[in-house]
Amino acid sequence: MATEPIAEEVAGSCVDSYGSAIGMPQLCFDWFPNQIFWLVITLVVIFLVLSRVALPRIAAILAERQGTITNDLAAAEDLKAKAVEAEEAYNKALADARSEAQRIAAEARAEIQSGLDDAIAKADAEIAAKAAESEKAIAEIRAGALESIQVVAKDTAAELVTALGGEADAKAINGAVDAQTKG
Amino acid sequence: MATETTAAEGSSLVFHPMDQFIVKPLFGDGAVGMFTVTNVTLWLFFAVLAVVALLVLPTSKRAIVPSRMQSIAELAYGFIYKMLEDICGKEGVKFFPYVMTLFMFIVTANFLGLIPTSFTTTSHFAVTIPLALAVFLTVTILGFVKNGAGFLGLFWVSSAPLALRPILAIIELISYFVRPVSHSIRLAGNVMAGHAVIKVFAGFAAIAVISPVSVLAITAMYGLEVLVAFIQAYVFTILTCVYLKDALHPSH
Repeated sequence: MATEPIAEEVAGSCVDSYGSAIGMPQLCFDWFPNQIFWLVITLVVIFLVLSRVALPRIAAILAERQGTITNDLAAAEDLKAKAVEAEEAYNKALADARSEAQRIAAEARAEIQSGLDDAIAKADAEIAAKAAESEKAIAEIRAGALESIQVVAKDTAAELVTALGGEADAKAINGAVDAQTKG
Repeated sequence: MATETTAAEGSSLVFHPMDQFIVKPLFGDGAVGMFTVTNVTLWLFFAVLAVVALLVLPTSKRAIVPSRMQSIAELAYGFIYKMLEDICGKEGVKFFPYVMTLFMFIVTANFLGLIPTSFTTTSHFAVTIPLALAVFLTVTILGFVKNGAGFLGLFWVSSAPLALRPILAIIELISYFVRPVSHSIRLAGNVMAGHAVIKVFAGFAAIAVISPVSVLAITAMYGLEVLVAFIQAYVFTILTCVYLKDALHPSH
């Protein structure tokens, strides 16, 4: 705040001799040409700076960013499609592998089954052969035993007859033993 | 105001709320001529620097992922561009540099004016009246060039009853010519009033008892002025857009 009186010629119609405003400085028309002149220069400079440099540059930046975002979105869409494709391929491979495994398992099972059947049939045949052989042997033994019994019986009968004081008639004894053993 | 000042001269309490608006030569003590370099010149120059610092320097890297300052530049661009496009449509977009110039000048000048001891260029009618007149002339000339006599349809409210239309036309005509007045005085008046009130509160700070209240009041007013600085720039710009719309599409 100027409190010293200032030169009379500087203090015009708008400023008093103490440098204070008389009324509203906004209404001091002495200053209008100065303010308007500098305002016009300022506006022209700002307009030129904005229209030549700042605004095209910001517009370019925004457009470029929009382009980049669009490209990135498209790339993301692509990658997503690829991921879905890869997942499908994976699932398909998994299903293939599973069916292959099942097929191999079934084959192995069938092979084992057929081997088993063969072995069982062979074993059965062997068992049957052995059984037939044994039966034959048993029959032979039985026949042999019968014959032995007859011989023993004839001998025993002959010895008994002799011991009882008779005369062993081979023919009669044989006939009697045969008749008895035929039973 | 002059009597008030002289009356207060003797006491310790001296109010000079309007002295901050005095235009002074920067060099020497001569009279203020048309081309004199004054405090107005200085603060208008700072406004240009601020616009460059806000919109040109931060965008020089043209980063896809913006820095903070570049974001501010892009936000300011998007804000005004969208406002203009929403109100005026696609045709209005070619006035974008013009509208952006007005907005950036007013908003930077308003905020520079909030720096203590600065000179507030937008508090002067000598600054806001040319701005408003430029808009008024642009709209009027553009309206007649684009629509010919059809621009007068702006004053002929075809949706009103026929008997009322002449009366409405007179009212519309008056309101049309009042536009530059209200457009300019709204901006300068708001800015000037806020600054003057802060200065009055500052004058009261000389009394020790009142000074805490005074400082609080200055703080509150300053907060309000920060809002006003932006809102008045916004209002000036949106009204410019609305007036431009009248020129581009004069039908109601």
